[in-house]
This record gives sequence, structure tokens and C-alpha cells, in this order.
Amino acid sequence: MGEFRDIWVYLSTSPLLHLTLTLAAFVFASMVYRKLHMNPLLNPVLLSVIAIVLVLKGTGTDYDTFFEGAQFVHFLLGPATVALAVPLYRQFDRVRKSALAILLSIACGSLTSALTAVSIAWMLDARVVSIVSLAPKSVTAPVAMGISEQLGGLPSLTAVIVILTGVIGAMLGPLILNVLNIRDWAARGLAIGTASHGIGTARALQVNEVAGAFSGLAMGLNALATAILLPVIWNFLF
Amino acid sequence: MLEYLTLILSCQLAGEFLVSALDVPFPGPVAGMILLFVFLSVRGGVPEDLGNVAGALLNNLSLLFVPAGVGVMVHFELLGADALPISVALVVSTLLTIAVTALVMVTLNRLNTRNTGDRG
Repeated sequence: MGEFRDIWVYLSTSPLLHLTLTLAAFVFASMVYRKLHMNPLLNPVLLSVIAIVLVLKGTGTDYDTFFEGAQFVHFLLGPATVALAVPLYRQFDRVRKSALAILLSIACGSLTSALTAVSIAWMLDARVVSIVSLAPKSVTAPVAMGISEQLGGLPSLTAVIVILTGVIGAMLGPLILNVLNIRDWAARGLAIGTASHGIGTARALQVNEVAGAFSGLAMGLNALATAILLPVIWNFLF
Repeated sequence: MLEYLTLILSCQLAGEFLVSALDVPFPGPVAGMILLFVFLSVRGGVPEDLGNVAGALLNNLSLLFVPAGVGVMVHFELLGADALPISVALVVSTLLTIAVTALVMVTLNRLNTRNTGDRG
């Protein structure tokens, strides 16, 4: 028994344990997701996060210890973003044909995201700092945090908001697109990527390559559009 | 395989470098994506091994968000007293954003095909 405890103490301080936990939770979540025909409501990111949080709470592990293992997975986000060039290149003929439509749609999406989030939170009497932190919610996390700081928001709150937005878009986006009867994969991907950045793109890539390519493109262009447009509009309005 | 993983990392590194050198509010990895895109355009195709490496990363893109997602749960108390207004704003605003973006795209594409059709 004492020996077992020694082994446990050793393992719980090495990155291996929490790296394995991250992968195991995700493999399990993906099995559930695929068994139920990739129903968007059973988002694998959400399922794995819930499972891991339960384990961390149950074992009294703090986030920093967990992240020592999980950081190897987290690190790959950067290279994966670079790799989005491949589906984009393969679909570039379609992108070029509707370049103007793409730019206008993303600009409309970017404005809708900021204006509706801010006005709804304002109507519901949220604090000013929360309202400001909501404005860049659809932008990929590092850029959103920068914009939030620039406008006087709380970057760490914005990071939480951005991840939640990604999960909400990936879960509910396909449903609203079905309700609106939008069948064009390019438009579906573009909308998901504009509203819910990488987490939406991850879902889009699983469903269809055209949707994945347009979603990745929208994520990049929306980061650019929001970083340029939002501070200008903000200074004009407030 | 390894040479293309190195290429991807090099694009990211160059992207991070460019973004901080030019001091623009743009994510380094997205700048790296543009650099890799330029590489593919100059080369005129996707090498098979690069396709495999990119596929391996992108097929599991959801996994890569899990560590940050766990961080959200831990920092949930940051939402504080505003948890309800923020949640309502997130759900409604995200649905509206998706609807507006998709509808604008579909409408503009339809106008575009109609115009091309008239000319043809």
C-alpha cells in the first residue's frame, strides 16, 4: 500500500498523468459523440472538459498541475492553425469566386457579434467591465484578449467568454443553420468560423472539408476585421 | 513527415516574428497560415506528406481546445454576478451572428450567380 502511494505521488507530479487524462477524456468523449451520430449538442470539447473538471475536483488537483501535462496538447493549437492553409489552398478556387461576398459577410458577422452581445448585456444590467469584455467574443482568444485590453475590458474574462462562445457556436450553430435551411457548405462554414473561431472550425472540419476551409478562413479574417473595426466604432460610440 | 512538421513550425515562428516586429494586433499562427498558403501557391500543390501532417493536426483540432476549456471551468467565477446576463448575451448574440453571416453570404452569392447568368 505504501509502495502504491509512492508510485502515485511520483506520477501525479509528472506531466504524463495529466497528459494521459486529457487524451483519455477526449477519446471517451469522441466515442460518445460518434456513437450518437456526431450530434452537435454532444460537443466533444465540452464533454471532455466536464469529465476532466470532475476528476480534478475529485482528486483536489489544481489547474497549474493539470496544465503541466496538458500544455503539450495546448501547444499544438499554433501548428494546427498554420495547417489550416492546406484545406484553404484546396478550396481556393471557390474562395476566389466569391471573395467580395466573403469579405462582406464576415464584416456583417463581426459587427453583429459585437453590437448584439454588448447591447443584450447592457439591457440586462451587466457591469461595464463585463460588457466591454464581451465585445470581441467571437474572435480567436489571443487577439480577443488584446482587443479587450485596448477597450478597457478584462482580458482573462474575455478568454473565458471566447471559449464559451466557441462551444456555444459549435453546439447550436448547426441547429440554427438547419432552421434557416442553409445548405451551402461554404456559407455554413463561413458563419460558424466568424461566430465561433477555432472551436467552431474544429466541428466544421469534421463534418465537411469545404465548410472546414471556409470556417478557418473566416476565423482569420474575422480576427483582422474585428481588430480594425471594433476600436474605431467603439471610440465613435462611447 | 518530419520535414513538413518543421515547415509548419517554421511558418508559425516566422508568423510570430512578423506580427511582433510589425506590432500588429494579429495572431502569429494565423500569419503563419498565410505564409504556408503562399508556400503552397508558389509550389503549386500540396505535397502528400504535408497533407498527412496537416490532416493529423486538423482531424483532432477539438482535442487541442480541451486544456483551455478546463481553464474556463476553473476561472468561471470571473463571470461573477454577471453570469446570467453574459450567458444570455453569448447564446443570443452567437446565434444571431451565425444567422446574419450565413444569410448575407447566401444572398450575395445568389445575386452574383444571377448577374453572371445574365451576362452568359
